[in-house]
Amino acid sequence: MKKFEKLISKVVPLPIENIDTDQIIPARFLKATTREGFGENLFRDWRYDSNNEPKKDFILNDSTYSGKILVAGKNFGCGSSREHAAWAIQDYGFDVVISSFFADIFKGNALNNGVLPIQVSEDFLKNIFDETFKNPESTLEVDLEKQTVTANATGRQEKFEIDPYKKSCLLNGYDDLEFLLSHKEDIEKFEEQKTV
Amino acid sequence: MSKTLVEKIWDAHVVKSQEGFPDILYIDTHLIHEVTSPQAFDGLKKRGIPLFRPEQTVATADHNVPTLDQHLPIKEELSRYQVDMLTKNCEEFGVELYGLGHPFQGIVHVIGPQLGITLPGKTMVCGDSHTSTHGAFGAIAFGIGTSQVEQVFATQCLLQEKPKTMKIEVNGELAAGVRAKDIILHIISKISAAGGTGYFVEYAGSAIRALSMEGRMTICNMSIEMGARGGLIAPDQTTFDFIEGREFAPKGEDWDKHLAYWKTLYSDEDAEFDKVLTFDAADIKPMITYGTNPGMGMAVDEKIPSVASQPESEQDSYKRALEYMGLEDNQSVLNHPIDYVFIGSCTNSRMEDLRDVARFVKGKKKADDVHVFIVPGSKQVEIQARKEGLDKVFEEAGFQLRQSGCSACLGMNEDKIPAGKYCVSTSNRNFEGRQGPNARTMLASPLTAAAAAIAGEIVDVRELI
Ligand code: SF4
Repeated sequence: MKKFEKLISKVVPLPIENIDTDQIIPARFLKATTREGFGENLFRDWRYDSNNEPKKDFILNDSTYSGKILVAGKNFGCGSSREHAAWAIQDYGFDVVISSFFADIFKGNALNNGVLPIQVSEDFLKNIFDETFKNPESTLEVDLEKQTVTANATGRQEKFEIDPYKKSCLLNGYDDLEFLLSHKEDIEKFEEQKTV
Repeated sequence: MSKTLVEKIWDAHVVKSQEGFPDILYIDTHLIHEVTSPQAFDGLKKRGIPLFRPEQTVATADHNVPTLDQHLPIKEELSRYQVDMLTKNCEEFGVELYGLGHPFQGIVHVIGPQLGITLPGKTMVCGDSHTSTHGAFGAIAFGIGTSQVEQVFATQCLLQEKPKTMKIEVNGELAAGVRAKDIILHIISKISAAGGTGYFVEYAGSAIRALSMEGRMTICNMSIEMGARGGLIAPDQTTFDFIEGREFAPKGEDWDKHLAYWKTLYSDEDAEFDKVLTFDAADIKPMITYGTNPGMGMAVDEKIPSVASQPESEQDSYKRALEYMGLEDNQSVLNHPIDYVFIGSCTNSRMEDLRDVARFVKGKKKADDVHVFIVPGSKQVEIQARKEGLDKVFEEAGFQLRQSGCSACLGMNEDKIPAGKYCVSTSNRNFEGRQGPNARTMLASPLTAAAAAIAGEIVDVRELI
């Protein structure tokens, strides 16, 4: 997994609530057997019409907005456990997703793939949307060590929560599997003691 | 110290708990399917490590499989490739596979309980969010991502924070025509599609106790639709009776030993939950969804809530959902015409569901313009349905009984609902495009779906029974 420390980037605003995993990556694109290439179909049915022509009014097709930070409405990533959703977001080029609320499994999947989900207040979220639509060039600064996100135009800053273990994984580029493998002996001991 | 059921099972599975780290949680049973496993097998190969406990892993092919002519090779190339890949991986890593053609094949959450693999007190995971279904037996069961599938392959463990607990009590008696599906759609409509996020939910109360195992599975299945990590119900005689004698259930002395343990699996009287909600069964009516998440549901005789009644920040999303559905706020959906009826999915595709539908449609005929397909949750359900002659009842009604798989629940195979068409579906998700690009899904119980198939429009089934 790649390390994450700091990021300064423009943002792509998507002010829609309850964006579910079927929107992020529709089921018909889950037939691949590798992790790569899902970015192409990120938000497929919002991005392209039935003739595979880009829909002009969708934000990813608007070159005014770009960056490594996706900002979306409340309850982002609800629905299925498909990790393909996190892969699609990462493969497209997002390193951070900001929302006022995340679905559990999506949050875990994102962290396992080096994508940082940041929960901010409703008010700050609205503020970020407003600022970005006013000036698409405005940037956010994310500092994982300090657990802060700062709007560079207004100077407004919020602290965000992250599990301390997950934070150290991201900062160091470790993953859970390496940690679990290092406890193999404990696991085998546990199995021996288990009765039912 | 008194404990909740979740805490009892959780604590019995903690390999190691360290300050500043999530718990290392031991997983008893790992269920896998073709869609979320290939990259995990690939990961093992890349790291050059074996599958740690293949005998605790069970595989089936369900998401991609066709539901007609299953004896023929899968036509769709990518689907065939994914299913073949599962077969190869299972061979290479020594995993038992109930693939196409196998008498145990079916939707992963239907076959686990049916084969006696799902048992009280177990920890179970699968790369699929509806793994919560198995909680109906008093197990801790939850969906995981593919990276975690790889972790369980490699170590039979996961790193997990102990979840918060919520108790949802439903007391009283259900009215005629109201089913388990209506209970869960009612609850989600009240607490929203995010109302359970971060929690493990225990369902309790007399209305839950009175349910069959099938009904309990329907309830636990949809826990994820309120954002919960999982849902479970304390095991009781109904649970034990269901399990006894099944293929892989414990037998003889082993059964007695298990049973003694299972009887200790309940939340202690004074155990504390982080949150408690109570519902009255008498308030629950047949439900229908009108929007694009399972929280957007109402009693079938109610009107769609107005845009103005929604919190201001949510109004745009709400309008967008109604527009997608081609519906207006303050509108009733009674008598709204429909085009398709899908009876199936891990929520409602078991024998009890098929019998319920058959009882209602016997001697009736579907509306002319409506397409109806019934997709059994497993090969065994399909065979049993034919044995009981339900296929004849369905045929006479103009319903098509297909072969088992996920089918139109997520439209990964060729069973899709065309753009703009309305489908009353017994599945669990009404997301945009879930059943096919621009398909319009309305979630309901099998009984309400069957009534809609006959009428060709949304009806209140209470008036017809
Ligand atoms: S039936 Fe639907 S919800 Fe259930 S496992 Fe299959 S795709 Fe998932």
